[in-house]
Amino acid sequence: MGLGAYVAVSAALFGLGIVCILVRRNVLYVLMGIEMILNAANINFVAFNRFGANELDGRMFAIFTIILAAAEAAVALAIVLNVFHLFNSVKPSEADLLRE
Amino acid sequence: MDHTLQQRIFYGALALLVLVGLGAGLAAGGGAGLAFALFAAMTIGGSLMCIWERSVVRSAFCLMATFTGVAGLFILLESDFIAMAQILIYVGGILVLILFGVMLTPPDLTERQLPRVFAGLILVGAGVAWVAVKVAATARWAVPDEMQPTAESNAREIGVGFLRADGYVVPFELAAVVLTVALVGAVYIARRKRADLEPQGGES
Repeated sequence: MGLGAYVAVSAALFGLGIVCILVRRNVLYVLMGIEMILNAANINFVAFNRFGANELDGRMFAIFTIILAAAEAAVALAIVLNVFHLFNSVKPSEADLLRE
Repeated sequence: MDHTLQQRIFYGALALLVLVGLGAGLAAGGGAGLAFALFAAMTIGGSLMCIWERSVVRSAFCLMATFTGVAGLFILLESDFIAMAQILIYVGGILVLILFGVMLTPPDLTERQLPRVFAGLILVGAGVAWVAVKVAATARWAVPDEMQPTAESNAREIGVGFLRADGYVVPFELAAVVLTVALVGAVYIARRKRADLEPQGGES
């Protein structure tokens, strides 16, 4: 398959991630949407790396993206738990205070 | 319209779309096209199901199909190390973290609203399609449309790339520091405060 097919799949996954963030009223769906968007970016990195000049750069970027996604998920889960303790809700629109 | 009927219509339509996609892949590229269509269908179908499902637990498990499909696409791109990292970290780590979040927060089956879902799909789909058409019409890729020959061992290649003098040593160490700081910070934020741990109602 050519480069265009991979870019098309990546674009579709990116769009679905945006929809997942916008449509559902739950912090966990925002997290899932972010993971979808990061995965879409990773597909692009690896595809352009394999079809372009065969240096390692694109694959390195993909690995760093995966590492940062792991860190992001851990911190985001901690924030979600704290928000739930404070506001007794997981709706993003109801978390509107910076203090306890 | 009751919920069972909605589920039947959605999954029927999804199965039809997947079959059409598999057929198109088979017609376009033979075996390789079929494999690509299978993994692309897993990726996109998984995320569609994730948006569709009412229960957060089912959405999280649908996300597993997405992550596995992306790993399959990486294998088709001959980047087997990244595919294994994808399965280990996303399916084995991040998904489990999300499931922990699901189990620690209350379920709410009334939160999904179908008009919202369809409006979001149509609006964002139109935007992405518009950008895609513009890009396809105007962009001239500076890369050839076939895969470049690759070295034999992918993991060794990436390890050498990390540790070579002109490679990625500094970003590698920075990533390690970022990961450590993020995990320690996450534990610090998520821990129960000392006041929460003392027995309720007693004098402190």
